[in-house]
Amino acid sequence: MSAATRQLTYRDAIREAIREAMQKDDRVFLMGEDVGRYGGCFAVSKGLLEEFGPDRIRDTPMSESAFVGAGIGAALGGMRPIVEIMTVNFSLLALDQIMNNAATFLHMSGGQFNVPLVIRMATGGGRQVAAQHSHSLEGWYAHIPGIRILAPATLEDARGMLAPALEDPDPVLIFEHAGLYNMKGQLPNDAGPVDIDRARVRRPGRDVTIITYGAMLWKALEAAESLEKRGIEAEVIDLRTLRPLDDATMLESVGRTHRALIADEGWRSGGISAEVSARIQEKAFYDLDAPVQRICGVEVPTPYPKHLEDASFPQVETIVAAVEAMVPAHV
Amino acid sequence: MSDRVTIQTPMEVERSHGIECLKQMVRIRRLEERCAELYTATKIRGFLHLYNGEEAVAVGVVQALSPDDAIVATYREHGHALVRGMSVRAIMAELYGKQEGCSRGRGGSMHLFDAKTRFYGGNAIVGGGLPIAVGLALADKMRARPRISCCFFGDGAVAEGEFHECMNLAALWRLPVFFVCENNLYAMGTRLDLAQSTTDLSKKAAAYGIAAEAVDGMDVFAVEAAAQRAIAAIRGAAGPFLLECRTYRFRAHSMYDPELYRTKAEVEEWKKRDPISNLASVLKQQGMISDSDLNAIEGEVAVELDDAVAYAEASTWEPLADLERFVYSERRPA
Repeated sequence: MSAATRQLTYRDAIREAIREAMQKDDRVFLMGEDVGRYGGCFAVSKGLLEEFGPDRIRDTPMSESAFVGAGIGAALGGMRPIVEIMTVNFSLLALDQIMNNAATFLHMSGGQFNVPLVIRMATGGGRQVAAQHSHSLEGWYAHIPGIRILAPATLEDARGMLAPALEDPDPVLIFEHAGLYNMKGQLPNDAGPVDIDRARVRRPGRDVTIITYGAMLWKALEAAESLEKRGIEAEVIDLRTLRPLDDATMLESVGRTHRALIADEGWRSGGISAEVSARIQEKAFYDLDAPVQRICGVEVPTPYPKHLEDASFPQVETIVAAVEAMVPAHV
Repeated sequence: MSDRVTIQTPMEVERSHGIECLKQMVRIRRLEERCAELYTATKIRGFLHLYNGEEAVAVGVVQALSPDDAIVATYREHGHALVRGMSVRAIMAELYGKQEGCSRGRGGSMHLFDAKTRFYGGNAIVGGGLPIAVGLALADKMRARPRISCCFFGDGAVAEGEFHECMNLAALWRLPVFFVCENNLYAMGTRLDLAQSTTDLSKKAAAYGIAAEAVDGMDVFAVEAAAQRAIAAIRGAAGPFLLECRTYRFRAHSMYDPELYRTKAEVEEWKKRDPISNLASVLKQQGMISDSDLNAIEGEVAVELDDAVAYAEASTWEPLADLERFVYSERRPA
């Protein structure tokens, strides 16, 4: 049994993980825009400058390509950098470095140069920050061989994914949903590293499998509560790692429930939900009692007004409705 | 024969060093010529960017570096790899795509890598290598290691945002980065004055507070002396340095380039400044080298290249079963 717990936020959990990594290994340092004096644009690194100094909590200019590339070079030079990019939309300014260098160096060099780099960034919508700050592009990144894509949804994962990511010899991108930073909860005092290979069943159920990740996990769990009252038992899987995908956990679940719904904030066309759906249909087609369904972000740049933004992302009610349409009333 | 040579610049060079510089440039030139032949013979495929005409830059700069320093180069990097001390066998096998190549054949002409000599590629994205050099230098600075990172790039890269971001970052953090611009006057086929509002590229450094110098990139001793000055400044913790080497590419951009953007007369005019034949003439005039010495150099280089080609021919293809290797590290913590 776990020891005593304490209350903290998702933001606190990430900060604790960074602090612990920096205390344990002097090769670890954090760099990014406003991580130091400002305390991080989401206040994740608040207080760390005072603790570790400006050499290891390193404010950068607004030069995503240069400082992400510098992270790659520093990793090649024996350091263990954590690079923070404010949001996934800004990461596109560094996409060249991530895709053409971080993800390819090991291969292009015939195995000589691995890149032990961690890049953290905020992702996701729901904060009325419109069409250049709200997208969920982790599915795009999951398209790229050579990198690992993590999406912590829980306090435990926010606290525990960083350490194994830093131990990984290859680049790891961690997508933190901006809507989760204020999420509060209890975490054991001795919470430590978690695995970064497996999806996890967050709620068991026998009628349908809802596959999701990130902030959408909490909507899916709420939907499952609501469905239970209507006699439908939904199993909820948190993917956690978007690349490489853990096929086994998804397929084992669908083998029992015979129905799968994927809930994803990202756009539908060519998204991670399309990949998950394809894998289920390729490998578990004869286990299915219904076509695999997807509930995704509506294909529109995220609008500013709340009613339009809400309508552009899957919500608890829309997940419930989608499941009800898949599961016959008599199950 | 005299022991020392004086060239245009007020500089004296040991006879042995003069001959060494000449030989290194000849090695590059003959390697590139052999590559062109092997390309026509379809032994080498893909993109092939040859360095003919620019040899003085790689030879002058690389010789001024220490073995501990890092190099980040471009897709026109055979010469840099060769002068750095990578084996011509491993380079040739790489160009063949064989697994005995320096990157196990995975990279090809544009992606020569070698951990032993700290050669970090062969980067085929214009400007893409600059941030890597900045990061290598950052690691050295944070670990208080007295090494520098030398980054080669062309005039084309100076138009990229990454160049400006990296100049700023390296200067801001006073990192030991040696920025070496190989200005061959064309960004692929676009002439410098059609791509740059200010064609005096070394002046760009002033905006970032970076020391800079422009040098005749067709004169190996001038390049070497400038590189030595730059490296001394960088090692003296003065922060980064930008060296613009004004040079010229004698051959096409790549093997697919019909060279519609420049005249033959222009190319012929630049060939009068060939860094190899000019150095050979100077060395001969000063009585430091004879025709038989030159023939001996050519003979040695030909033997080295014949051996490399034979090695590449005899090298092996990586088995198809290995296709998905080197995407992720094979050893991960449990």
